[in-house]
Amino acid sequence: MTTPEAASGGRLPLEGATPADRQSLIRGARLGTLVLNGLGAFGLLAAVGFFAPRWLTYLITMSAGHGLVSLGIVCLMRGGVVPFGQGMVFAIGGYTAALLFNKLGFSDALGLALAGGVLATLIALPFAPLLARYRGIFFAMLTLALSMVTYGLGMKLDVLGGSDGFNVGRATVFGWRPPDAQVGYVLYLVTVGVATVLALLARVYFDSTRGLVTLATRDNELRVEYLGGSVRQAMMINFLIAALCGGIGGALVVLSLGHIEPQFSYWTTSGEFVFVAILAGWQSVAAVFVASMVLEVVRSFSSAYFPNTWQLALGLFLLFVIRFLPRGIGSLWIGRKR
Amino acid sequence: MQAALTILIDGLTYASWLFIVALGLTLVFGVLKILNVAHGSFYALGAYAAASFVGWGASLKWAPAFSLVAMLLAAVAVALLVAPLLERTLLRFFYGRDEVLLVLVTYALFLILEDVTKLVWGANPLYVSEPYGLFGNVNLGVQTYVGYDFVLFVLAVLVGGGVWWGLNRTRHGKIVLAVIHSAEIASSMGVNISRVYAMAFTAGIFLAALGGAFTAPMISVSPGISVGVIIVSFAVVIIGGLGSIEGAAIGALIVGLARSLAVHLAPVAELFSIYIVMAVVLVFRPEGLFQRIQARKI
Amino acid sequence: MSDAALLEAQGVGKRFGAVVAAADINIGVRAGERVSLIGSNGAGKTTFVNMITGYLKPDAGHIRFDGRDITALHPRTIVGLGVARSFQIPQLFGELSVLDNMLVASACQGTHMSYTKAARDAAAVARTEALLQRFALTEHRERRVSELPGGVRKLLDIAMALTVRPKLLLLDEPTSGVSAEEKFPMMDTIMAALGSQRDTTVLFVEHDMDIVERYAERVIAFYSGRIIADDVPAQALATDDVRRYVTGELLQE
Repeated sequence: MTTPEAASGGRLPLEGATPADRQSLIRGARLGTLVLNGLGAFGLLAAVGFFAPRWLTYLITMSAGHGLVSLGIVCLMRGGVVPFGQGMVFAIGGYTAALLFNKLGFSDALGLALAGGVLATLIALPFAPLLARYRGIFFAMLTLALSMVTYGLGMKLDVLGGSDGFNVGRATVFGWRPPDAQVGYVLYLVTVGVATVLALLARVYFDSTRGLVTLATRDNELRVEYLGGSVRQAMMINFLIAALCGGIGGALVVLSLGHIEPQFSYWTTSGEFVFVAILAGWQSVAAVFVASMVLEVVRSFSSAYFPNTWQLALGLFLLFVIRFLPRGIGSLWIGRKR
Repeated sequence: MQAALTILIDGLTYASWLFIVALGLTLVFGVLKILNVAHGSFYALGAYAAASFVGWGASLKWAPAFSLVAMLLAAVAVALLVAPLLERTLLRFFYGRDEVLLVLVTYALFLILEDVTKLVWGANPLYVSEPYGLFGNVNLGVQTYVGYDFVLFVLAVLVGGGVWWGLNRTRHGKIVLAVIHSAEIASSMGVNISRVYAMAFTAGIFLAALGGAFTAPMISVSPGISVGVIIVSFAVVIIGGLGSIEGAAIGALIVGLARSLAVHLAPVAELFSIYIVMAVVLVFRPEGLFQRIQARKI
Repeated sequence: MSDAALLEAQGVGKRFGAVVAAADINIGVRAGERVSLIGSNGAGKTTFVNMITGYLKPDAGHIRFDGRDITALHPRTIVGLGVARSFQIPQLFGELSVLDNMLVASACQGTHMSYTKAARDAAAVARTEALLQRFALTEHRERRVSELPGGVRKLLDIAMALTVRPKLLLLDEPTSGVSAEEKFPMMDTIMAALGSQRDTTVLFVEHDMDIVERYAERVIAFYSGRIIADDVPAQALATDDVRRYVTGELLQE
């Protein structure tokens, strides 16, 4: 990466500062840049959403919500495993939001998102130590099995609405109930805002020492252990982070969609999240949301105009990316940083 | 007592076609190290092809019994047409790559084949129910059972026996077993690995299509049947052990009976009983019941 | 400097089925020593190293490190106590840069694991500068490890082990796979990097007797899981047993 001077734009008063001062100045600059980027992105998206037609804001909302699940998958992929069952945390987040809304009357959007994330993480918690011991096909199959059990429960338990699922009403934001004309934009802002915050946090985490150790784990687990690092701990933490992101994403999607059903946990749903993660690659956080947007666009337009060929297009696209862009589309602008 | 018999027969019927399909899946994994998500799509192709072939047979006024031959031919046709095509245009670019990567490749293939089937046969369900009545009904006690179900069981036994004999008692089969153990060593001994791969892949597709073809009379052949089949086949193969024939048989039996028990006794559990068994096996014996491949890391 | 042993093996034994990998090994290594472990393949040197690092547990006997009984401890705990090793085939993070490899090594020390602190933090990078320089790796800092030549990879492997500032460094065949003319400069670099203060005790497994003679102060020879010599190089390499079973100068009957 760049030198501290360059990172701060060469304009910080570094002469005369003690090493400790230098350190905090540089850390502050780095954090500041990140926050500014985030605010800028959010500002831009808020403006776009304000002027864009409703179908576009809806599309972006869905991309952001789904993108959070894929972000979690990227977190795990950086450690060398691919989960095929993130539909589980996505569904748990969604059902949590839906149940809290319908049974308890709790309707705050941010609160529901948080609740979805927390519950998904809590349910993932007992499985984390177990899953941290598996790799490759078996990790994928175990996560798949768990998500299919969730699907089965969703289909059969009446309290979860059975195979039809159930509807969710309009969310509120800090007590304010947005009118019909604005609810779409309000939920858009909430979803995109939460996604931006989580994306920034993800970037910080990926760049952190734990993030680097995760990458090392993907490469050579043995050496990490011989250096004193715990591979299992790294895996568990990544799994829980993925659960948190997936749960929040699920809750946000349900609030905009207005509906939850067991299909959220089906293996084909999980497959789409993996598709986005593969498409994005694991270096750029922004790429995850771009890739998620690509999928939403392809899915929406194709279902409308080419209902019999959109999966074909998706499949060919995936093959192309696997073959020619093995590091995902993120590699197009990140280059070979790490 | 009657209920137990019904559960047993239901379970065995389900297990029969499932075994045929799962056998193909486990064979392909054992030899090529590819866990083929599109395996369910080949099942669907077999079902659709059977519908077509039986339909042609009927329009040509052939005897109803011929429909069985038509179904068999359908499976063969699918295997012979699809296998070499896929092997040459797709798979050979990815041999030897990471197993999970290959899962993603076959997932892409599954997506593609879903739409290809829709393009060729349309999105409406097809019915090919005439063969289902070919063997009449059997009365056991108070209940009536369809004869076809028993034929399916016989077919499964024949297929299983045939594959076992082919692998363990013929020269070609032993070469395939060697490749399953180590492609690298087999190749250094002079075995033509590409040919073994091609043969195994063709056999795998044939078995999937066979399962689909002979199940077609029992279901409505429509888009999306592949989706449920693949996931259940995964469960069977994980339970039984990847690459193991005995495993596929035992796994199919366990899954078939578990599902049958759930359907008849505890409908709530129907959908996830299989996956709980799969998860439990993965936790305690991740290599499956018939060990062949290493599963856990730390 | 006290005379108490830093590393002590008492009556250590290990079998793998019918194969005796270690039988009644008794060794005491004092702080600051430079010891070479020699022996033909299968003699038990690597098994012994693996037992010290905790990846194999002895069937009999005890191993004490720095006063503590480490026989039954978890490998990661043993690393935390100050034991590090390098590998015959370098175990590196191929996709990462040389600098990142070193940063991972320092991150794994536990106190530096953070969810937020940047891996490429200037302070962290500065900590690795000295080691990078001593191992002549500075010019390769940003290069991807998988692209590096063999000799550089071996040096990096050892540099990473040194990042954790171990009290005991175990080098597994540091010059194997390195061309003849590179071996001595490489060992010179390693010994220079270790410094003259003798903070780090070194045990190195070696097959090249020239290296052993030049850099070891003490030689321990293994054969069939037993120690057949334990002396200064000049003496150890002259014993009949060593000449017969290790260096091959005397033919076995």
